[in-house]
Parts: sequence; structure tokens; C-alpha cells
Amino acid sequence: MHKSLIKAEFQVQRDDYKCIRCRVCERQCSFEVHSYDADADRMFEDEMKCVGCQRCVEYCPTRALTIQPHPSTIRPHGNWPYRAVKDICKQAETGGMLLSSTGDELGHRIYWDHLVLNASQVTNPSIDPLREPMELRTFIGRKPDQVDVRLVNGKPVLKTELPPQLTLETPMMFGAMSYGAISYNVCQSLARAATASGTMYNTGEGGLHRDFYQYGPNTIVQCASGRFGVHREYLNAGAAVEIKVGQGAKPGIGGHVPGEKVDKEISITRMIPVGTDALSPAPHHDIYSIEDLRQLIYALKEAVEYKKPVGVKIAAVHNAAAIASGIVRAGADFVTLDGLRGGTGAAPTRTRDSVGMPIELALAAVDQRLREEGIRNNASLIVAGGFRNSTDVVKAIALGADAVYIGTAALISLGCTVCQKCYTGKCPWGITTQDPYLTKRVNPEIGTQRLTNLLRAWSLEIKEILGGMGINAIESLRGNRLHLRAIGLNERELDVLGVMHAGE
Amino acid sequence: MATKAKTTKKRRRVQADEKVCIGCKLCEVACIVAHSKSKNIIRAFNEETPRALSRVLVEESKPLTFALQCRHCDDPPCAVACMTGALRKDPETGAVLHDREKCVGCWMCVMVCPYGGIQRDMREGKAASKCDLCLELDEPACVAACPNAALFVVEDED
Amino acid sequence: MHYRFEKDMSACGLTGFINRDRKRVDGEAIMSSICNMDERSNGQGGGFAAYGIYPEHKDDYAFHMLYTDIDAKEITEKYLDRHFLIIEDGELPTRKTAGIVDPPVIWRYFLNVDEEVLHMNACDEEDYVVEAVMYINAEIPGAFVMSSGKNMGAFKAVGFPGAVGRFYKLDEYKAWTWIAHGRFPTNTPGWWGGAHPFTLLDWSIVHNGEISSYGINKRYLEMFGYKATLMTDTEVTAYLFDMLLRRHKLSIEVATMAIAAPFWSQIDHLPDGERKALTALRQVYGSGLLNGPFAFILGHKDGMVGINDRIKLRPLVAAEQGNTLYVANEEAAIREIASPDRVWMPTAGEPVIANLKPEKDSIKEKTSCIKV
Repeated sequence: MHKSLIKAEFQVQRDDYKCIRCRVCERQCSFEVHSYDADADRMFEDEMKCVGCQRCVEYCPTRALTIQPHPSTIRPHGNWPYRAVKDICKQAETGGMLLSSTGDELGHRIYWDHLVLNASQVTNPSIDPLREPMELRTFIGRKPDQVDVRLVNGKPVLKTELPPQLTLETPMMFGAMSYGAISYNVCQSLARAATASGTMYNTGEGGLHRDFYQYGPNTIVQCASGRFGVHREYLNAGAAVEIKVGQGAKPGIGGHVPGEKVDKEISITRMIPVGTDALSPAPHHDIYSIEDLRQLIYALKEAVEYKKPVGVKIAAVHNAAAIASGIVRAGADFVTLDGLRGGTGAAPTRTRDSVGMPIELALAAVDQRLREEGIRNNASLIVAGGFRNSTDVVKAIALGADAVYIGTAALISLGCTVCQKCYTGKCPWGITTQDPYLTKRVNPEIGTQRLTNLLRAWSLEIKEILGGMGINAIESLRGNRLHLRAIGLNERELDVLGVMHAGE
Repeated sequence: MATKAKTTKKRRRVQADEKVCIGCKLCEVACIVAHSKSKNIIRAFNEETPRALSRVLVEESKPLTFALQCRHCDDPPCAVACMTGALRKDPETGAVLHDREKCVGCWMCVMVCPYGGIQRDMREGKAASKCDLCLELDEPACVAACPNAALFVVEDED
Repeated sequence: MHYRFEKDMSACGLTGFINRDRKRVDGEAIMSSICNMDERSNGQGGGFAAYGIYPEHKDDYAFHMLYTDIDAKEITEKYLDRHFLIIEDGELPTRKTAGIVDPPVIWRYFLNVDEEVLHMNACDEEDYVVEAVMYINAEIPGAFVMSSGKNMGAFKAVGFPGAVGRFYKLDEYKAWTWIAHGRFPTNTPGWWGGAHPFTLLDWSIVHNGEISSYGINKRYLEMFGYKATLMTDTEVTAYLFDMLLRRHKLSIEVATMAIAAPFWSQIDHLPDGERKALTALRQVYGSGLLNGPFAFILGHKDGMVGINDRIKLRPLVAAEQGNTLYVANEEAAIREIASPDRVWMPTAGEPVIANLKPEKDSIKEKTSCIKV
């Protein structure tokens, strides 16, 4: 036995005057930081275990606790920030890959923060969304280039059969998060909130629990490389099917759910034995080429009898534009792009932080490429990867997205504090855990309400911004990059984003 | 027939939903504060002696947890068993109320209660201790304090 | 650097009329009508379109060209010569007019397309002409196609519309459809090409307003080969109509349902068939929805259409006298030249449509075609 050099990440401070020894902190901490010594009538803290989730802080009835990044540090060094030293110590100790959760935290440039939006002044009136209709309805699916509508007795009659479309009342959906990565209660909250909000949630690659088939019209079911829980009934239970090729948080790597999280219900849903690791292969072993993808797309279309859109999700990687073009030509009804900042329940830290690219650049490149090839209408473009607020969404739509997936933001609305410990299965907020003592922490009634509120609030803000631009339908913003201007970006970035600099 | 209601003083009951009870015991903390002299959480715990008793108790057999308190029965066995009349069913509010002045601490009520909703209070002489529904408050303190809506008020429609 | 476009914003006045019986009148009336609304323009651009003006050349494409330098003329003429049969060409008649300064070289060509060339390129004749127009406007600096339709022409310049009309001697042309425009650009100086009407083939459009959806309308049309080079809303509106009406064969009524679409709150309550049709139009042509304040008049070989945006943020009045339909921003501009039997205010997004009675000899020509 030798001394561990793993450093404490957080400091736990307790105001002993305020502490009433109620031990709520102790009961709430799933990492066992807090303990009570009855003889001494004192609370003790093991800072080494603290993940900074703030659960105890929020639940302490006297607000006696403060958790902050541990102030101990080393002599500052340009090449060796304390974080780098900590990581090395951890790896020297364990001999393992560093694991983490959520999306990139290196802080690659967030382009949303360098884009500003337009508003009307004088020459066209802004529109007041409280007094006039403001339309956010969005359709996901392949659109033909033209449609035959004729007037019969003065009434328009449709002569073209359109491919299947998803109807969204707001251009935001809940992104793919699997049952297994997140709890039953969270799945239920997402499903019910999507239903209440007239939008979709995405099952992720963990199959669909029988209890949630009732939310099928608001469900996008995923088919990933592990094919967990994929069967004909599952495919037909949802409103659309998404083939998951990659994920923004870990491009090139399959999904991981550790065996500890695989309980009986998850085992049934995923069709794997209880307690086994659910490790999706890195690629789909029946897709080694674009033509293989085409076969899977059409196999799935056959399975759903061409009644539901079938799309493909890829991580935003360097040649995303060319790949997306191939995907559209392979017959996908929608393409999902997941950026570098997209979340995950478990990913190697190095992959999470350094593989892929910010969604803004990928989105701009893909939308432009599909337009140059004249096939932008042939598929909808859904983007994901770290959307934090409604203006991120507005900017994404102006860059060319049809809709966005929000994942991490949805979980944050349920309590997540981005502590990045999903992979431990001990989520103190009861979100990314299957421990029945912890999963109760998300009350699906409250969860549904909070998620519904979030979508409502963002939708109201989107309407307000649209009205300010003098636009009353979201389709007039989609791909309308003239409503964006950049601040502080260089020529290349402006070119890739296809926007002008502010002042131009 | 009971329906959920937020705040009502008349004929209210507290119900628990064990499916979302997270066992934090904030209900107990709130109950103690509500029945303290100062109504100040830090004083109630750290300064008042004897400390008030919680009339709601979280039962725990992990992962199962739920908060338990007097059910304020329509036909309360405790009131029948009480030889001094310290326990009575209040016809107006439907609450089963306890008069500490009359209580002699015989524990008959504790023995007959089918729910375990009455505790012994040994702090200053012997007496029973039980939920009074916080009738003086808009909402029972435990319900207001529950972070996960695992405790809620229902209203009896008679 | 193909993103570095700047969009022109402008307010304007517009007016137009059409005689359904193809009775032709000279340009005096339209000039009086538009001059009545001089208040709505600022001398930065005025223009007219007239239909039925070249009966002697009615089967030829009449190219009205603006050249800002003589090299452009040379290059363009080489290009035209290579791709068209030039039936006749010459200076477009103008007269010196106060208020019209520094005119470019203005030339008119009557062109025809060699059937064999079309055959070789396996291309539709009109697409062929459109491509040529796009090429000249985008690729030949200093050259601009003012209009390119058959038996019609556009006349535009920087100046107040009355002066523009006199400059082009509109009193000497006779047309059954006249539309006119006075411009009030707000952020870019007027230039001759940027004045309205904007035209393509026999479509001509005058426009009052600002399309807030311009950015996506332009990118949408670019997917289908339309090159928007003029930085105006009007240009994309014209291209949009060209695509919907000519290429996609939608009727004008249906096309207006796409570009000034009804709200979902209205669509959702319609009977099944109508709801499906309007939903499909919005799904497919969402990027073509014109959003923002506008009133425009569209002239074409078979008629004229006036329409407002979907919440009527710009004025538009319609009137009828006998078989002549008038549309203008202001009622006064109509009453200046007519004593209408009926005047009405079209509601938001509701098109006012007038179609010409079929031409007698065009029917004759068609029958003879079938016989062959």
C-alpha cells in the first residue's frame, strides 16, 4: 500500500453554527462524503469523495454547506495546469483510461457566443408575438422539390403524396438518452413532456420500455450498433426511426452502459442479461460503407412500411458535409448532427474533449453542402450538441437547422448540475442512475412539468426574437443567415459559417 | 372520495407517495421547526431544550422510504381508547386533536393506533405526541418542506 | 466570398392596371397614376413594365439591356450572337429628360432561339433563356438585362417615375397591361438595374416592402439554379414566381397560397382536403414563404396579380372599371386615372387576379400546331 496522489477536486465547508445535525446531507450524498459521529455529535466530510454535484448544498435546510473547487493548487505553469497534473496522478494510480460524462469541457470556441441576431427597425415592422400569430410548427422528413396542388371548385387539392413527416409544434426535441443511461422516471418525464409540448423525445439506443409505448406518437426510436431492444414492434412503436452511427461526445465509439446499471427492467427492454455491460460496437458491423447504410435505411423503411421517417445520426466530424450528403442520397429522411459539446453518460475523457467539432461549424458546412448539391429539401437537418438556451436554438435555425435536440439542458432542468459522474451510476440527482433509492429523486410529475416549462419558456423566447425580426413563421428564419452577424471571428470562420461580420 | 388540493384548512389530510419519497427527512426537520417555540430552524435545533418532537416519521427499509403520521381516522380508535378525553375528533376540521393538558401519558392511544401514528413524548413528563395538521398554517409544514411532492394535502369532501 | 451580399431595403409606391380585353392604351395613364404617389418615392428609382407593346415581334424575346460601359456591350453581344438568333437590334428610344442623369447605354434586341441548339442541349426553351439572363447579370460586369420577355418590356432608371416614363417615351407605346413603381430605397443608393420592375422572361414584378425572409428565399432559389445578384427582394420574388408558376406548373392562386401562406390556425380548421393541400404547400415551399411587409404587382403574359403579405403590413387597394382591373398602394392613384365601378381592400395574403381573354390568333396558332 502506498500513498494515493489523487487530489481532492472540491472543498466541503460546513458552517457549524448553522448545522443542525439533521443529516439530510448525509442521506442525500450518494458518494458518501458526509457522516455523523453520534458520540461527538459532529458531522464529518470526506472531501476526496466529493464530486461537486451540490445536492447537499441544495438540500441543507439551513444552507450551512458550501462546496467549491478545492482551493489548493500548485505553482502556476503555462504547460502544466493543475488539471493536467491531477489527470496524470489519476492515471498513474489506476492505469486506466480517464472516464467522464456530459460533453466537451475544454472550452473549444462556442460560436453561438460570437453570433448576434437581427431585429427590425422602421423599414419592416417588428411583430408583437403577444398580439399576432407566431408560428413555430416544424416538419421533419423528406420533402419533394415540388408539389402538385390544383384548384378544384376554387379549393386547393393535393395531387402529390408526400413522404411521411413528423410534426413538431416547436423546433426543439429531447435528444437521444437511453433507458439505462437515464432512469425510468426520467424517460417517463421526457416522454410525457414531449407529448404535452407537441414534440418528440428520442429513446437513445436502449430500447423502449413497454410502459412507454403509449407515448409512441411523440417518440423517435433509435437503432444503434448494439441493436439493444430493436425489434419490429419497437420500430413501429415510435413516430420515426433514427439510425445512430455516432455521437458528438464520443465519435467513433459505441455506447457504454456498465453492468451495474442493467437491472431487470433494463435487461428486458434491452434484451440482454441482467448485470451485463451493454457495450455497443464502435461501428455497425453491417455498415462498413455508404451502400451498407442505404441497405439498413431501406430495411428499416420496409419494417415500418414507409410510414415513418427514417433518419441517420452522425457525430460532427471533419468531413461531416460529405458524409451527410451521402446519407441524404442513401435515402435518409433526416440527418442528425451531434457536435463536440454533445453529452454522454460515459465516454473516455480524451475522446470527449478532443474528437469532433463544434456543432455550429458542422451545421453551417452541412447545410451549405446540401444546398450546393440541391438536396437540402430531401432531408431535414436536426442538430444537437450543447444547446444552452433559446438563442442558441434560434442561431442554429438561422444557420440552417430544421430542429434541435436538447439533452443536457433537459437534464439540467431536472436537477443535473453537470458534475460529470453519470458513468458511476450514482447520480445524486437520480437522473443517470438505476439505483432505486436514487431514481425516486426524479418525480415524473415534477419532471414532466419542468421539462414542459423549459420548452414553453424557450418557445416563447424564440417567438419574441422572431417577432423582433419581423418574421412570423419559423421557416422564414431557417437557413436565413442574413439575420446573423458575427463578432470577433476571423475570415475563415466567417466563410465556414456563411455569415457576415457585425457592421457589414 | 379524496381530491388533491394545495392549501385548505378544512378537513385536510396529508398523504404520502412512497414512490417518490427520497428519504431526506426534511419533513421531520420542518415539523420540529413548526412545533418549536422560536419557529427558527437553527434555534429550534441548537438552542431550544427540550427540542420539539417531529410528529411525522420517515420509515425506511431501503430503497423504500415513506413519511408516516396520524391518519386522522374518521372513527379514531385512539379517541375511543383515551380515558381522559385528551384525544378527540374535531367535528369542524376532521382532525384528531390532542390536548396535552388532559393527557396522562397512559399510552393506550399508542397501543391502539393501527398506523403507529402516535409517539411517546417523554421530554417533560409523559404525554402523547401526534400530528396536528398544522391547522394554524396555510399548509402543513411537512408538505411545504417536501422537496419532491411525496407529501401532499388531500381534501375530504365529507 | 459568395456570402458577401448586401440586401437592399426599400419602401415604395406601386400601381398597375390591366384590360382583360387586350385593349391597349399608351403610357400616359400609368404615368399619371404613379406620379400621384410621388410622396412614396425619393427619386432613387422608377420603372414600368408594359405588355402587348411589340405585336410585330410577339414571338421574339425582347431583351432590354443596360450597359454601363461599352466593353460590356461588346461582350454581351458576342454572347447573344453565340446563343441566339438576333432578329433585330438597336438603341431603345429615349429622350433627354430633366431629372434623368448619366444614362447608360440602353439597347434593345429581338432574339430567337435556334431549335437545334435546344435539341442539342436537351433543354427547355425558357430555361435556356433564363440561363442566359442569369449568365449576363452575374458574369458580365457592366451588363444588365432589364427585361427578356416576349411582347413586353421593362423601362427603368434612377429618377422619379414620371421622369423615367418620359425618358423612355412611354407615351409612344401601347399596352394592355401597365405596371409602375416609384422607389424609396433606404440603405443603398439607387442604381438603374435595381429599379423596379424586376423581370424574368415575361414575368415582371413591382414591389413595395421588405422581405425579412430574403436570406432563405435567396438560398432556396439558388438550389434550383437561380442566381440572385441584384440584392433586391423583388428579384427573389420574381424568381420564386418563375419557379412556382412556370417550372412547377402551379396556378397563380396556388402559388400565392405558398408565398403568402395562411396561418396554421386557419389551416388546421379547414376540411381535410384543403388542409392537406395547404399543409403540403407549406411543408414543401416553406423556404419560399415571403415573410415581412410587402405589396406587389406581378405582370405576366396572361394577366396581372396584386397581393399583400400574410398580415397586410403594406397598403394595397384594388378597383374595377368595366373590364379593367386596377391595383395600387393608394386609392388616389387609381382615382387619378379612372372612375371605378368598385373599389375594395384585399385582405392579408388574398390575391387579386386578373386574366386576359385568350388571344384570337394564339388560339389559331395552337390549332394549326395540332393539325401538324
